[in-house]
Amino acid sequence: MEAIIISVLSRTIVAGTPLLLGTLGEIIAERSGILNLGVEGMMSLGAVGAFIIAQTTGNLYLAVITGVCIGGAAALIHAFVSISLHANQVVSGLALTMLGLGISGLWGKAYIGIPLSVKIRHIAIPLLSRIPWIGKIFFQQNIFFYLAVLLGIGAWFFLYKTKGGIYLRSCGEYPKAAEAQGINVIFIRYLSVIIGGAFAGMAGANLSIAYSKSWIEGMTAGRGWIVIALTIFALWNPGRAFFGAFLFGGIFVLQYLLQPLGISPNFLSMLPYIVTLLVLLLGGMRGGTRKMNAPSALSEPYRRGER
Amino acid sequence: MRGISKHFGSVEANKNVNLTIKSGEIVGLLGENGAGKTTLMNILYGLYQPDSGEILIDGSPVSIRSPRDSMELGIGMVHQHFMLIQNHTVAENMVLGYKESPAVFPQKSIKKTIKDFAKKYGFAVDPENMVWQLSAGQQQRVEIVKTLLLGADLLILDEPTSVLTPPEVRELFSILNSLKKEGHGIILISHKLEEIMEICDRAVVLRKGIMEGDTPISSVTKEELAKMMVGREVIFNFTRKEVKQGRKILEVEDLYVTGDRGETAVSGVSFSVREGEIFGIAGVSGNGQKELAEAITGLRKCESGKVIIEEEIVTNTNARKIHDRGITHVPEERIKFGIVPNLFLYDNAVLKQHHRTPFSNFLFLDYPVIHEYAKDLVLDYQVSTPSIFSQMKALSGGNIQKLILGREISGKPKLLVAAHPTYGLDVGATEYIRNQLLKLREEGSAVFLISEDLEEIYELCDRTAVMFSGAFMGIVKPEKTGIEEMGLMMAGSLHKTAEADQ
Amino acid sequence: MISLAVSEREEMNKWFPLLVLILSLIAGFIVVGLIFVISGVNPFFALYKIFAGSFGSFYGIKETITKAIPLILIGAGLVLAFKGKFWNIGAEGQLLLGATCATWVALKLGPVLPGYIVIPLMFIAGFIGGAAAGIPPAIFKVKFGINEVISTLMINYIIGELVQLLVVGPWKGETQYGFPYTDEFTESASLTLLPGSRIHIATLILGIAVIVVLYFLINRTKFGYEVRVIGENPEAGRYAGINFLKTTVIIMIISGGAAGLAGTGEVAGIHQHLSYPYTISAGYGFTAIIVAWLSKLNPVFVIFSGLFFAGILVGGDAIQLSLNLPAATVEVFNGILLFFLIMGDFFLKNRIRVRRRS
Repeated sequence: MEAIIISVLSRTIVAGTPLLLGTLGEIIAERSGILNLGVEGMMSLGAVGAFIIAQTTGNLYLAVITGVCIGGAAALIHAFVSISLHANQVVSGLALTMLGLGISGLWGKAYIGIPLSVKIRHIAIPLLSRIPWIGKIFFQQNIFFYLAVLLGIGAWFFLYKTKGGIYLRSCGEYPKAAEAQGINVIFIRYLSVIIGGAFAGMAGANLSIAYSKSWIEGMTAGRGWIVIALTIFALWNPGRAFFGAFLFGGIFVLQYLLQPLGISPNFLSMLPYIVTLLVLLLGGMRGGTRKMNAPSALSEPYRRGER
Repeated sequence: MRGISKHFGSVEANKNVNLTIKSGEIVGLLGENGAGKTTLMNILYGLYQPDSGEILIDGSPVSIRSPRDSMELGIGMVHQHFMLIQNHTVAENMVLGYKESPAVFPQKSIKKTIKDFAKKYGFAVDPENMVWQLSAGQQQRVEIVKTLLLGADLLILDEPTSVLTPPEVRELFSILNSLKKEGHGIILISHKLEEIMEICDRAVVLRKGIMEGDTPISSVTKEELAKMMVGREVIFNFTRKEVKQGRKILEVEDLYVTGDRGETAVSGVSFSVREGEIFGIAGVSGNGQKELAEAITGLRKCESGKVIIEEEIVTNTNARKIHDRGITHVPEERIKFGIVPNLFLYDNAVLKQHHRTPFSNFLFLDYPVIHEYAKDLVLDYQVSTPSIFSQMKALSGGNIQKLILGREISGKPKLLVAAHPTYGLDVGATEYIRNQLLKLREEGSAVFLISEDLEEIYELCDRTAVMFSGAFMGIVKPEKTGIEEMGLMMAGSLHKTAEADQ
Repeated sequence: MISLAVSEREEMNKWFPLLVLILSLIAGFIVVGLIFVISGVNPFFALYKIFAGSFGSFYGIKETITKAIPLILIGAGLVLAFKGKFWNIGAEGQLLLGATCATWVALKLGPVLPGYIVIPLMFIAGFIGGAAAGIPPAIFKVKFGINEVISTLMINYIIGELVQLLVVGPWKGETQYGFPYTDEFTESASLTLLPGSRIHIATLILGIAVIVVLYFLINRTKFGYEVRVIGENPEAGRYAGINFLKTTVIIMIISGGAAGLAGTGEVAGIHQHLSYPYTISAGYGFTAIIVAWLSKLNPVFVIFSGLFFAGILVGGDAIQLSLNLPAATVEVFNGILLFFLIMGDFFLKNRIRVRRRS
């Protein structure tokens, strides 16, 4: 019994980590005011890029860096189109998703089904991993989880406890005011979107290098869309992103466990989205202008110097 | 500031203006809307560049190319519309402006600074509060502290009391006095005479871009200031014919309307308008006129009071129903509210009547009829346009207004609500529209005219109310009221008991 | 120092938009070709295969039309929504709910009633299903100010899970060897196909009908006028007394309903059963967004852009067979094309001048 619970929780962590990584990135991007629906594409590109490098060079670090860079580069396209060309962010994000999925399918063709030659190891944190229960669940994971935790804490800290974080959030709330106080809104938005892409790329690398250790087309399996939902569920707060990512990850894992008990996995899967909607509705009903933490200027194009 | 001139297109916003201010001095910058006060201050703050003239600080000329420059030179500005982020705390907003905050945990260090400031100048600002929880007065205080944090020696406040309640105004003034004692210089932009007289050491009056006067408060009277503000050359053009006035079309009883920021925009206003009458609302815009017009036309909710149209109570009915009763509306912001710029002229020609015959029947729009109507409008109201198939946004401001006016007049409305109908238009278009309004009056319609232009008020109105801070300072007959009196009422310094009300 | 001055374009030649469109497409093709080259694929061969596959043979054309049917239906509905600036991202879910309702009718009534009753009922059920999925986001937006991109997206997921739940659970077919399909639809619940193809004629006709109706709706009716006004300038819409709630809800009834009709078409015409959500909706709901956008929000052009994108989808299948490339490769096409269209749009609205500053 104990083993099952530990296994489930441990697998929850594994399933939730890529979601967490992606969500953290999207939170940063959306907090600066830009809606990026291209997460699925950026993740896919990160996954394929990391896999190819890992397979050809055997160097896992290089692989992860590649994933991160590709994700960031893809996001740059969306950033340019959305910020400098004032294009409709929904359409641009969708285009990025298509592009990312397509290119990754193209590049990954030669690597389909080939198992990764380099294995990623689980790192057991000394001392902590000996703690009964918790040790096995949290402290014997692979590097992605630890990175995600560190990045998550870092993101939370950055957004709420540093000057840069205040600047970034101001860009998403009231860019005109930020600009009037001498802040370069355009620069911050570009940076945020690119960082968001980098996170998505890392999430993708996580998938291909650690999670399934192979590449197939459609590897991301809609996780990019889940990330977008998670961002809202987390109310644009990295702390809640932890909760949300592992909740969704847990549901993923639990689905099949609970099936023999008669609980439909699909009903479970529906819940997070329903809850997200309810959360939004409650906020909307409560007070028109207090938009439940959504950055007030989200997805509105900003033109410098506009009155 | 010496010899500052600035033009926007064909409009000369500032013509050779001089302004001096010393430390420990409060200067009031007076004038109506469009007089050039905000332009002048925006130049000082670095948002605009002057065409000619120079700015000197402590005797040496400086170049101010952006707000960053002015901030460095010790100039701070508190705008009329606060540049505060509602969803952030006070501390976070301060950090936004204060570049010297530390990169990490900036809120902590700034909290201490804020509390010090608060103690020094005697006002309480809680850094932990979310901005949206603060009242307008408190938000303004945050803005002031922000400028002080950046080391402003000179503070510019743009219409600071427009969002404040009387007790908040008191508090603001005591803060300003403390700042004055500290040696700061303060420029107060305002159109409220009473306040200028109370707090300022000197007053500078601008009118139509020109400096009309620069005088110490001690040696000037309210009346003189008012005269400078509104000018002496008002042409009294009594070409209005005698028109027999009919029954009351519009009656407003003790109306209270709330503005966008939750403030009381209209406080207890009562009046009536009859057929064949042009009833004006004079006063500097921002004193509740917009909200009043919106309340009457069904675009804004009324807190209390009644709006009665032809004996029927229509308070808080929706806009379409009010329009169906024969009330038409030429809105203040014509491009934002009055037209759809990307649609064609003929689309715009039927904007509010599109759902009625003859323009539509059952489901469909009758385009041939609409086209004919548009052509007639264009002809009758001298709208200059390549064709009725042009996009609305291709037309000039004057022609857009003519079309809107034509659209609202042509149906022989019972009451026309016209808000600043000639604002920003050239002389020709202005004259034309005024004549149309007079014609409407002769034909027996009632007209409710909101205008900042005293010339217009005098020329067109049978009776006019002067609105200040949401209330009527008086309802008078323009031909029996002198310019100084008007100016005083507009500036809130004179309150006449109901004399010409019916 | 060289700087770029961007300013709004005031007036333009009436052929300019078309020119920009064509140039954008050409630029897109070139970049797609480059990507193929980088990926080790002969660009000309690949492009040739894509278009030969979709338009170069009878079979290809038939397949293209088949895939164009849902795109056209959904695209037309989206044109209406976008005209009103209502960003309906939920067409996938609306399609699926429509398909689900149609499936219910098929399973319950198919075996007992003749086709000429069942089929219309299925389409009606499909319309109602799609509309039902579309109405809540409309209400949420007008009444509560909730961004419709988010709400329609959430509903997509919810409906997707619902369908999944049904096909592996209560609706799982007894005759399907354990596959997560519902039972096959009876003859009376299946759409007639054009002989020798998979084109389900009824839906095709419906699609054209919807386009015609929408054309008149948008351009000739009071309702269409009001949609255009609130889309172009919502403030003027308020001023004009337009009822936002009523108008937005009707927009979504039609837009969602159209997607629902497409859903009926897919289950009754192509699959004859309900199964995994992605198999049924196949991303049509998202591709239709691009279709609508490319048609410049003109319902009639939806036919052409629908066919174009259907062709690309079919071409993707063709590439998969002949070049052994994954079908998703054509998404590269879609993505690049879309980006160039966006850039072209920017160029259309703004003039860029190069200025020298000393």
